[in-house]
Amino acid sequence: MKTTLKLGLAMAVTMGLSGAALAQTKEIRVLLANHPYGEVLKAAIPQFEQQSGIKVNVESLQESQLTTKLTTEFATNSSSVDVFMTRPLQDGKLFAKNKWYEPLGGYDFSDYPANTVSIVTYDGQPNIVPLVTEWQVLFYRKDLLEAAGLKVPTNFDELTAAAEKLNTGGLAGFASRGKGAAAVTQLSTFVYNFGGNYLDKGVAVFDSKEAVDGIRYYGKLVGSYGPRGVTSMSWENILPLFQAGRIAMWTDASVFYGQLTDPAKSSLGADKIGIANVPAGPKANSPFYVTSWGIAMASQSKKKDLAKTFLEWATSKELAAKAMEANITMARTSVWEDKAVTAKVDPGLVETRAFVAKNGNPSDRPFMSAVGEARDLIGEIIIESINTKGESPQIDQMAKDRAVKVNTLLRDTGEYGQ
Amino acid sequence: MTQNSYTDSNIRWIYPLPAILFVALLMVFPVLYTTYISLTNWTLTSGTAPSFIGLSNYGQVLLEPRFLQALWRTFVFTFSAVAVEAVLGVAAALLLNRVFVGRSVVKLLLLLPLVATPVAVGIVFNLFYDPTIGLANYVLESLGLPGSSWISHADTVLFSLVLVDVWQWTPMITLIVLAGLASLSDEPAEAARIDGANEWQIIRLITLPMVMPVIVTAVILRLIDALKTFDIIFAMTGGGPGYASETLNLIGYKYSFEYFRMGQAAVILMVLFLIVLACSVAITRLGKRIER
Repeated sequence: MKTTLKLGLAMAVTMGLSGAALAQTKEIRVLLANHPYGEVLKAAIPQFEQQSGIKVNVESLQESQLTTKLTTEFATNSSSVDVFMTRPLQDGKLFAKNKWYEPLGGYDFSDYPANTVSIVTYDGQPNIVPLVTEWQVLFYRKDLLEAAGLKVPTNFDELTAAAEKLNTGGLAGFASRGKGAAAVTQLSTFVYNFGGNYLDKGVAVFDSKEAVDGIRYYGKLVGSYGPRGVTSMSWENILPLFQAGRIAMWTDASVFYGQLTDPAKSSLGADKIGIANVPAGPKANSPFYVTSWGIAMASQSKKKDLAKTFLEWATSKELAAKAMEANITMARTSVWEDKAVTAKVDPGLVETRAFVAKNGNPSDRPFMSAVGEARDLIGEIIIESINTKGESPQIDQMAKDRAVKVNTLLRDTGEYGQ
Repeated sequence: MTQNSYTDSNIRWIYPLPAILFVALLMVFPVLYTTYISLTNWTLTSGTAPSFIGLSNYGQVLLEPRFLQALWRTFVFTFSAVAVEAVLGVAAALLLNRVFVGRSVVKLLLLLPLVATPVAVGIVFNLFYDPTIGLANYVLESLGLPGSSWISHADTVLFSLVLVDVWQWTPMITLIVLAGLASLSDEPAEAARIDGANEWQIIRLITLPMVMPVIVTAVILRLIDALKTFDIIFAMTGGGPGYASETLNLIGYKYSFEYFRMGQAAVILMVLFLIVLACSVAITRLGKRIER
């Protein structure tokens, strides 16, 4: 009798414990980027927790720190991350090659443009759900252009002329990123519009005449009319200068439009700020139009069912529509076709997006595993070009030399010619 | 009983055991592991498992011009920063060693840069150094002087970073030397004064030689620390423009977390480790010589 009692007690305790353990496992760890969409998710997560009964532990990190943290955790096989935000063009190949993404065979990708899905597909299976897109645009000061009697430039000749005319003592006529590796993405449209490219079928081609012409032109514009010290400037340095009224025209990603026109963050006033397509080049008119952020499941996750539930919620059409209201440009096609949604989005974004959706290039950098190193190598040429206003006789040789180095990287990682 | 005698006879091993284990786990293991990694071809971008390749990483990295430049830059940064800090720090200590009104307030103010978070310092100085809207150029230009590019140009970036390091760490030398000065007896200086020595002679021939062991210790401590500087440079320039402010620590970070060349990054960090180790050995040797 006593033994039975003890046994029963022991069983009860064990069951109780395992019950508690089960309740505890309805918990996932999610890594988000410090990005407006990350904020949208964070604000909505309590609601998700209530509906699903899954507790979500969120960590937010700055983009490069996010990559570093994920890489370290995954490479050492010690990760407890279930779902994470990721940059398809920056992390994609590296993470896919190391099999850190869980393939998303069962996910419905029909609401995403085909070329967007192809960028996140590895070994025949999509690995990432695209979240946010961005494209290159020209931000300009309506008041300054008008005062100078200038139209919004539509080709590179007009752009040069406008930059020259607007460039006076305290005002930079034109700005774009000059900080080596960070400038590679913003240079891409200029290279494309001159008829060049970074890679072609897994081979470095940025030493072609077209690409070098693009690099020289970028250097001439930024070097002659850019703010002082531009070779150490990325968007985080240019944005405050533009907001302070020290820059007349600026090419960068569409994502900054919201901050520029936000009265709380800019003293200029939204009515003075215009947005337009990047001017056409001599050979093409094809700005980058990329999936800047996506979300993925970790292959090391031990709670894939819960992770999948979260992923489907985090990429739902409802949340996408909500994010669009905050001028976050989402990847889903349907939200751009829904008039009720686009009515709440800034018309400048709707117009420029309509253009790039037809004419855009789906990459803004050399798309390869060793992208960080390749960007630094191309960055060296950009800095030389800016420092010499595109005149340096060394640029051609540098481009050839760096292309050889990038090809070596491609060979080392088994991606050459692919 | 037997156990007790075992404990008794081995007590000199048992007591320090936790400390030894701690050091082994937290210091010796990482060094050995880094050494091992430096002998493998571990790169994440290849997606293949690491294999042992002997010393070939060393051959590659040590001859790489970018590495050699970073090595040279590490020394330039460290020695110029510490030299300025030593001169200014000792001078400030000598001044503060005199009795004057507001001395404790000045001492307190001196502490502030020391306790500031390096990344915050970096962000503030970045604003300060901005060539277009920064305070530094505003001041220069309103004095009729030409503005500088500060951290935005390869020629001035290292100098600008040295300035920040000097601003933050000179007080440390001052405080250590000040403590040393406080422990000195006044008698030799008094005697010299009676014999007709002037203030400069007293400082040069009596005070400084007496406080020299403390100065040397402070400088070497600072040297070890400056060699390893990472936070300020990372926060302010990330090694740029181009590679113009890359030190060994920065290039080590880039190789591991941006290029994912773990094996080669380990080589860079081993070199830095050996340099710092050499400095540490120097400080202990010097300490012993001064004691004698």
